[in-house]
Amino acid sequence: MASLIRNPFGQPIMMRKAYGDALVELGQARKDVVVLSADVSSSDFSHMFEQNFPDRFFNVGIAEPALVDSAVGLANGGLIPIVNTFAFLIATRALEMVRTHLCYGQANVKLAGAYAGLSDSFDGPTHHSITDIAILRSLPRMTIVVPADPLSVIRLLPQIAAWEGPVYFRLCRNEVPQIYADDCQPQIGKGMTLIDGDDATIFACGVLVARSLQAAEILRHEGIHARVVDMHTIKPLDVELVASCARETGAIVTAEEHTIIGGLGGAIAECLAGICPTPLERVGLDDRFAECGPYLDLLDKYGMSVEAIASAVRRVLKRKSTTGKLENRSETTQNA
Amino acid sequence: MAINDNAEWKNRTEDDMNGCVADLSNKLYAYGTRHTPEMIRDLSLRAYEYRIQVLRMVYGCKSGHIGGAFSIAEILTALYFHQLRLDPDNPGWDDRDRLVFSKGHACAMLYTVLAHRGYFPVDELNTFRALNSRLQGHPEPAKTPGVEVAAGPLGHGVAIGAGMALAARMAGSRRKVYVVLGDGELNSGVIWEGLLLGAKFSLDNLTVIVDYNGVQQTGTTKHVMPTEPITDKWASFNWHVIEIHGHNMAAVLDALDYADEIHGRPVVIIARTTKGKGVSFMENIPQWHGGVPTEQQFDQALVELREGVEQWQA
Repeated sequence: MASLIRNPFGQPIMMRKAYGDALVELGQARKDVVVLSADVSSSDFSHMFEQNFPDRFFNVGIAEPALVDSAVGLANGGLIPIVNTFAFLIATRALEMVRTHLCYGQANVKLAGAYAGLSDSFDGPTHHSITDIAILRSLPRMTIVVPADPLSVIRLLPQIAAWEGPVYFRLCRNEVPQIYADDCQPQIGKGMTLIDGDDATIFACGVLVARSLQAAEILRHEGIHARVVDMHTIKPLDVELVASCARETGAIVTAEEHTIIGGLGGAIAECLAGICPTPLERVGLDDRFAECGPYLDLLDKYGMSVEAIASAVRRVLKRKSTTGKLENRSETTQNA
Repeated sequence: MAINDNAEWKNRTEDDMNGCVADLSNKLYAYGTRHTPEMIRDLSLRAYEYRIQVLRMVYGCKSGHIGGAFSIAEILTALYFHQLRLDPDNPGWDDRDRLVFSKGHACAMLYTVLAHRGYFPVDELNTFRALNSRLQGHPEPAKTPGVEVAAGPLGHGVAIGAGMALAARMAGSRRKVYVVLGDGELNSGVIWEGLLLGAKFSLDNLTVIVDYNGVQQTGTTKHVMPTEPITDKWASFNWHVIEIHGHNMAAVLDALDYADEIHGRPVVIIARTTKGKGVSFMENIPQWHGGVPTEQQFDQALVELREGVEQWQA
């Protein structure tokens, strides 16, 4: 298990650069992949695909609805379109296209949401994407994948291309630490337990996986053994893993770069309520917009610091001790 | 299969609800066939028969959109029984021509034409909008054979068609893409994004047909959202524009042929049509966008549409 993560973390790498590399690799492996961008290819790094495969790249201009609709047409011809633009535009301006044609109409289109969370930090709340998971998660048939580091981007993108049906791949703009060792093989739909522990479980996604690992380290010095799970697939949720962690640790924290409404925290809250009610603390933005500023400072100020995750674990542990005996309850929920 | 068979329906004679005025040949006039007077007469007659079918479907389930279905009868008949290269036995054939039915609310006519073209049994049309039916209130590709994309929310057709045309070009295929648009859809911004795309990529394998019937849900297009001069608008987006009378079968067929001859640019056919065409009290009346006829109105409409068929009988 320890071999999954690097200790210490590797040098930070731009996630969008890793995505560009992964796109080029995918383009070499699969001739049926086409890439579209709404004139932000210098930002989302799909320009790397364009340089290598100009005949399979389409810049549709600043027109997000047509971006998704034209991808629907390309998918109808048997191609695998990968649509690129800012995450918030996919989840808001192009949402009706996504709902009607990708989810209802089952067009096999993949969406790559660039600059997600607060990662376009200096451009401010108009460009932040803090509700995209909640919006897209509500759509039937949608799959949502949030990679935690450059290696997971590279390992997950080919799976996304091969996945049947629409996928939303939520990407960070900035430098992120390399947390995974070469042996790490994330699989869509399967959470990855990175650190074991039986006091509480932290389910994290994206950039907050690294921060959760750091929080677990702080807690360890306090004698608290937190399990850390990279829940890169928000939908379909790895329900079995949520259930087993709830039974085995009896206290859950979620950590995501998103509001605490409807994202990873919401998904896990729904899951726990149905199968194994367990004390839960959600780390993320409160129900509000952020502001502009340096990325890491924004994460800290808006409730997603390492310390915020550690305190959430401490809080949930207090609730756990007052909630009664979890061992007894786990018997009845085993087969839920 | 749930059938729409309400009380009014049950009191009807077999002839009222199922019979055809003329014998429907369902004959196919293969792509490229010369437009003989016989072919034009036969296809025009069938457009009226299909209107009767739509009237029955909407009357049967007490919901649906008659007006915009009647205005595209000739256009869809010409496309499905002459222009489109398709194989109903193999709906997923890679090199089939594509039809993007953008004005999804008018799908009673699309379903009618698909059934008669052999995609599913004609009897199934009686399940339109019923529970468990494959014929949803607006088209759903996974359920209905022959339907390419979902439709209902308006404005998608041109951009989707552009994507299909790009895919055809990448495949080196000579297949063509046709998009049937309503004129009310032209209010929608994404339509014009699609026009930009078609022109940017010089998609001469893409032909859009605008059912310009001049009426949308709450009034005339002139009143709701003026789009004239419509031919100038498309021309200024670098599309080749053809303008026709959209209920004249010969004109429709000729325009589709002519569109094939245009190279380097996408083509739009502005088809001047009449909403509710064929039934005097429905024509040009916004109420018949989504209105359901009473029994008396149903009878009257049936009489008029049968006259429409008869005018084309030899």
